Amino acid sequence: MNLFDSVFIAKASFIGVIFLITLGVAAYSTYFERKIAAFMQDRIGPDRAGPFGILQPLADAVKMFMKEDFIPANSNKWLFIMGPCLSMLTALMTSAVVPFGDTVTIGDVTFDLQGIDVNIGILWVFGVVSLGVYGILIGGWASNNKYSLLGAIRAASQNISYELAMGLSIIAILMMTGSLSTKAIVEAQQNGHWNILYQPMGFVIFLICAFAECNRTPFDLPECETELIGGYHTEYSSMKLGFFLFAEYINMFISGAVMATLYFGGYDYPGVDFVTAQLGATAATLIGMGALIGKALAFVFIFMWVRWTLPRFRYDQLMGLGWSGLIPIAMFNVVVTGLGVLLNQQILVGFGGLVVFIAGIVVYDQLVVKKKIA
Amino acid sequence: MKLSNRTKVVEQGEMTLAERMYLPAIVGGMATTLKHFFSKPVTIRYPEQTRYLGPIYRGHHILKKDEQGAERCTACGLCAVACPAEAISMVAEERKKGEEKLYREEKYAKVYEINMLRCIFCGLCEEACPKEAIFLRHDKMVPVFNSRDEVIYGKDKLVEKMDQRYLREGWK
Repeated sequence: MNLFDSVFIAKASFIGVIFLITLGVAAYSTYFERKIAAFMQDRIGPDRAGPFGILQPLADAVKMFMKEDFIPANSNKWLFIMGPCLSMLTALMTSAVVPFGDTVTIGDVTFDLQGIDVNIGILWVFGVVSLGVYGILIGGWASNNKYSLLGAIRAASQNISYELAMGLSIIAILMMTGSLSTKAIVEAQQNGHWNILYQPMGFVIFLICAFAECNRTPFDLPECETELIGGYHTEYSSMKLGFFLFAEYINMFISGAVMATLYFGGYDYPGVDFVTAQLGATAATLIGMGALIGKALAFVFIFMWVRWTLPRFRYDQLMGLGWSGLIPIAMFNVVVTGLGVLLNQQILVGFGGLVVFIAGIVVYDQLVVKKKIA
Repeated sequence: MKLSNRTKVVEQGEMTLAERMYLPAIVGGMATTLKHFFSKPVTIRYPEQTRYLGPIYRGHHILKKDEQGAERCTACGLCAVACPAEAISMVAEERKKGEEKLYREEKYAKVYEINMLRCIFCGLCEEACPKEAIFLRHDKMVPVFNSRDEVIYGKDKLVEKMDQRYLREGWK
């Protein structure tokens, strides 16, 4: 009973820490988004609130809370309030299955640095991400505004379309690992056998789909300012709007963590054995947790980098890329991975498949597409 | 007819495979933004940092005094006539005995006011002045107003202070 209690307390405090890290990262993502945008445009960015402007998220939060909390007269009031709550809830729930580190022993208690190690881990991520669109959909629909509704419809169709390709790219990983558990997937990648080496094509597909699932540029059609005013959050103000924006940043961080888990070895880093021998297992685990968060933050940077580089897709281009571009490629990737597993030559077959794929595209281009008019 | 040899014929045919894949263009764009990410920002943090505006910048007005500290202005009103924005107004007064130290000419401006919301900083008052009394200084700007009470500048803000004399490049 005592052991159960201490494991429970340890898990609870760990979940609290993850919660705080996620919220802190999301808050500072808003600051770094603006800073990175500024640097890429040869500006300085926010630098008035505190040294280098590091108190800017605080100022933004105060601003958000002080604004008028407006609910449109003809909106569905309860659903209108529920929208941002659902967005926030689903965004925070995803982190439960991400393995942040190996086991830690404090006193006589040993526990995983993971919220829950369920055997359907990756399906949990999928399910919760699919639920995430409900927040946007309900918020956009309850606003009783055509622009909000259009944004919500776009969000729903975009998420459904890109979930297919995302699922197919994960299937290739499941074929290699043989388990749905995120912990098992990470453990299969230890000592440098990162999935990115085996699945470069799958990773690119997953990355593109992650951009679409987070509604980030170049796939930010649900909140496309040039066409839809503010998209699904046109009618929102005050902290409800803040929750929508916050949920987007949490999603970015968590999808970065999921990508690190699936393709970049999770909490694996070069020299684990050396650190374990020098400093002990607990220190090695904590450094591993730092490594995972570092990888996730690197992905957050890539998200922002892409946002300040690429323009937005047109809606038909978005659907074309998802349905007739990514899904066939993902299916091809599944076939190649199957062949690799069958022949037990995964890297070789993987890169062979990539070469065949590129050659196939070039040949198709030569045969079918009209040449330049001389 | 060819004006130069720099003409370039642009072909508008089908896009090549690489162009249709977008990926090379995306990588190129990302490289460009990354290059700018590490380059030096061009921002000037204005209230703390100011840049040199040049020797002939037309900024804050100043009513010069001569070497003995007597005001040069004789309230002839030529600046007010020259002013296209009608920003300048003044009230003249005759110099009394014993005020020779204060005013150089026999007539002086008792009130001299410039409405800074009207002023367009054209510098025509400076050109019109026969006594070299009014100048637009190159090193100082008129600060931002917060209320309409602040926009009319009187002699207290315009007359040169003897401990902070205004000197322009090329003056002796």
